[in-house]
Amino acid sequence: MRLFASYREAAGTSKLEVPISAGARVADLLELLAVGIPALKTAKGLVAVNHTYVDAAFELHDGDEAAFIPPVSGG
Amino acid sequence: MFKIVDGPIDEIALENEVRTDADGAVIVFRGVARKHSRGREVIHLEYEAYPEMAEKVMAQIGDEIKAKFPVSAVAIVHRTGVLEVGQASVVIAISAPHRGEAFAASQYAIDRLKQVVPIWKKEIWDDGSQWIGWENEQHKTAV
Repeated sequence: MRLFASYREAAGTSKLEVPISAGARVADLLELLAVGIPALKTAKGLVAVNHTYVDAAFELHDGDEAAFIPPVSGG
Repeated sequence: MFKIVDGPIDEIALENEVRTDADGAVIVFRGVARKHSRGREVIHLEYEAYPEMAEKVMAQIGDEIKAKFPVSAVAIVHRTGVLEVGQASVVIAISAPHRGEAFAASQYAIDRLKQVVPIWKKEIWDDGSQWIGWENEQHKTAV
């Protein structure tokens, strides 16, 4: 699990290991993490898994790298 | 070349990389840190990236450009870390046989980069700081 920018500051860390149950989806991971990091839900961004943007229904697998992406502002 | 770097961007290297003898135009776009933003004075900027994904998404933008415009080559480099006013945060180099396509592709490249590449900018003012991006709605249509 990777966290960036405002999410990283809200969480106080840039990396987390999160155990997930079989068949868990991105939405489940969000619910789980939002308990400790409310900003993930109150200020919603995008999610990427293994460096590709995915939607809430995307199914996670052991070893996946999920990342919570606040609105981007490069350039 | 599609890279995230944490120091000054070598514009000459980018230009040399994209130019071929078939090209009549090379456009090098440089995005620079601006002193005034939303009515406040910026002391400096801090850029953060998700480097592995940012480089992949920038390469995808390069592929999109090649599919849409008759250009020869595209290179994008974005800098992270602390940037002072006037320093380049991003450089995009595009070569093409003709200037029209090179200009159009450059505009497309920076617009897409701002929409989808996982890079974040924090403005540091003398009385505070803020991550930029929440004020625009682009992220909701970024996928």
